[in-house]
Amino acid sequence: MRRERETPKQQQQQVSYTVEHLVAVNPYNPDILPDLENYVNEQVSSQTYSLDANLCLLRLYQFEPERMSNQIVARILVKALMAMPAPDFSLCLFLIPERVQMEEQFKTLIVLSHYLETGRFRQFWDEAAKSRHIVEAVPGFEQAIQSYAIHVLSLTYEKIQRPVLAEAINIEGLSLDKFLEYQAANSGWILEKGHGRGQLIVLPQNEFNHPELKKSDADSVPLEHITRIFPILG
Amino acid sequence: MATNYDYEEAPATYDEAHRQDLGYDPNFVPDSVKSLVVHLYRHIREKNVYEIHQMYEISFQTLSDRLFKDTPWPSVDAVAHFVDNDQVFCLLYREMWFRHIYARLSPTLKQRIDSWDNYCSLFQVVLHSVVNMQLPNQWLWDMVDEFVYQFQSFCQYRAKMKNKTEQEIALLRQYDQAWNVYGVLNYLQAFVEKSNIIQILEQEKEGLEQFTATDGYDYSGGSNVLKVLGYFSMVGLLRVHCLLGDYQTGLKCLLPIDISQQGVYTSVIGSHITTIYHYGFANLMLRRYVDAIREFNKMLLYIYKTKQYHQKSPQYEQILKKNEQMYALLAICLSLCPQVKLVEETVNSQLREKYGEKMARMQRYDDEAFAIYDELFSYACPKFITPSAPSFEEPLVNYNQDAYRLQLKLFLYEVKQQQLLSGVRTFLKVYSTISLGKLANYMEVDDPTLRTILLTYKHKTHAVDSEGKVISNADVDFYIDDVRKTFSLCKYLCAAEKMCFKLPCVLYNFIAADTDGIHKQLWTNLRLGYVKT
Repeated sequence: MRRERETPKQQQQQVSYTVEHLVAVNPYNPDILPDLENYVNEQVSSQTYSLDANLCLLRLYQFEPERMSNQIVARILVKALMAMPAPDFSLCLFLIPERVQMEEQFKTLIVLSHYLETGRFRQFWDEAAKSRHIVEAVPGFEQAIQSYAIHVLSLTYEKIQRPVLAEAINIEGLSLDKFLEYQAANSGWILEKGHGRGQLIVLPQNEFNHPELKKSDADSVPLEHITRIFPILG
Repeated sequence: MATNYDYEEAPATYDEAHRQDLGYDPNFVPDSVKSLVVHLYRHIREKNVYEIHQMYEISFQTLSDRLFKDTPWPSVDAVAHFVDNDQVFCLLYREMWFRHIYARLSPTLKQRIDSWDNYCSLFQVVLHSVVNMQLPNQWLWDMVDEFVYQFQSFCQYRAKMKNKTEQEIALLRQYDQAWNVYGVLNYLQAFVEKSNIIQILEQEKEGLEQFTATDGYDYSGGSNVLKVLGYFSMVGLLRVHCLLGDYQTGLKCLLPIDISQQGVYTSVIGSHITTIYHYGFANLMLRRYVDAIREFNKMLLYIYKTKQYHQKSPQYEQILKKNEQMYALLAICLSLCPQVKLVEETVNSQLREKYGEKMARMQRYDDEAFAIYDELFSYACPKFITPSAPSFEEPLVNYNQDAYRLQLKLFLYEVKQQQLLSGVRTFLKVYSTISLGKLANYMEVDDPTLRTILLTYKHKTHAVDSEGKVISNADVDFYIDDVRKTFSLCKYLCAAEKMCFKLPCVLYNFIAADTDGIHKQLWTNLRLGYVKT
């Protein structure tokens, strides 16, 4: 059998296979902590993600707080943010002691999460711009958040105006034009002309943004129901 | 032998141990006790599961009530010679001995440590040697349940460093392996693995194994102990992970058990309740409200129908307590995710009776509402723990509430994020189409804020399930048409909500003047809760 040299990608896959295996069969073991920490760094550099492995590490930090690395925890939280709309960020917070969450970088991440959870995309991008050192350390961050933003917009809007979309995904001008063209070609977006010079984007129909109006079997409301409301309006 | 989860742990010092010893002679064995251990030992050797169960559940309890109300049972050394000094029997007896201490008395630190040692010895025997016994599921469940309970109790005890005596601190330092979290988790994990229970359950689905069908008992001459301990350890792991705040992993540990069906977990009421309680709680924290509501509903209905049969049982008090806690959790879930049609009528009427008023107040989302969320959560939540060993260097403080405070804080944070959603829901029930401008006006916010509220509603009502799929748990829903600047409502109303469907449109037709004023008034009334929709 010819002995082939492993490519870096193959080596990476082997590492992730080993760590996942450890997490599955031997998770309650203090000795695997360094492996899990390396795996976090690996997830960051290779743009992969494993919630189970990261929760396992946070648990070990909980068991032995003196071994906790704030930098690793911050990276886990950024990766968790990128997993939205999944609630991974909260799941991680449940395992991080309160006094650690009070530190500056974690407070910032919690604020960022809050903005995303409550649809405040403009505030999110403003805050993220102020915290470049935290978010730029993790490649793929911007794209992941844009993907989440589009997800929520797709749940909500049948047709959306260009400025609203632009603000949510933090892309403008020519870059936005290119982005829209790409989505139109690959994701079924339809670009229409709106009022005046505005542009409208029709997002693909899904069950969430275009549910049928359900017909109620009692289309007419009984009179006593109407009269009941009159005194209140009085 | 109910484990009283409520019971207040008084600081147990050495003086208390002496007082315990003074009141009785550990070597005195009343005839009734001798008779019990002799018969129990024989039944275990002869594998008479029914008789074992009777003695374990009834006789032991009766004697405890009659002779050992506030004293320990005779020491294991005093009874050993009645049972051929059988190692396994003595370990089982000791396990019950300690359980009695925890239930009726207050364990000293030394007793806590000795109990840990006993579990280690007992578990080693089961894991590493061939144990040829069949024990009732009740007993096997109680062992796992008690093991996790004593771990939780120890963590709580250890976290109260402030009034520890020097001897206690010295003992804690010396026996730092006792009840350490790695040990606890690894024993439970070892049972799951060594018993091969996950594969057994898998193979059972394909008809290659029998487990559930025999309630876990082995009718081919073997032992059920390892298999059933492995099975119950999955529930044990769910429970420990909930205590640590790791809900995701907890649910993963439970996955091999199909809770949509009956199973060995339903063969013991305590196990059934513990499983569903923790499953529901974990889903609540994961924002999968519909899953939580469904399971709480089923469990509460089951308890309602069957609790009369458990009145004489030592677990009765526990059953009632968990019942009340699950109603509180159900009230929380339904306030965050109003899906009343998921709740059966009997359960719903019980719920209204207990929490109807509080639920109405919770949906107003003012300061009072948060106080009620706090109250219900604190009442119903598990007793969270800090698993790490204390630092003996610093000034000694009590940190036993830290874990609970963190979970509560994060939960209330989530509730706060959902604060404005009830307003959207109220609107959804009244209007079929409304302009964004008008809606913003009635809700007294500006257009950008309104849009963020609507996005939040969509995000929070579309949970991500265990397979990563997005599912809507919204009872009423909408979409925005940014062209016509309207907000169109798409309704999935249940019977009770049909009353106000299309109402304002009807009114609009009848009352021509000042439609804006009417709408605004209606909105205010709805918001203040005067109109029940």
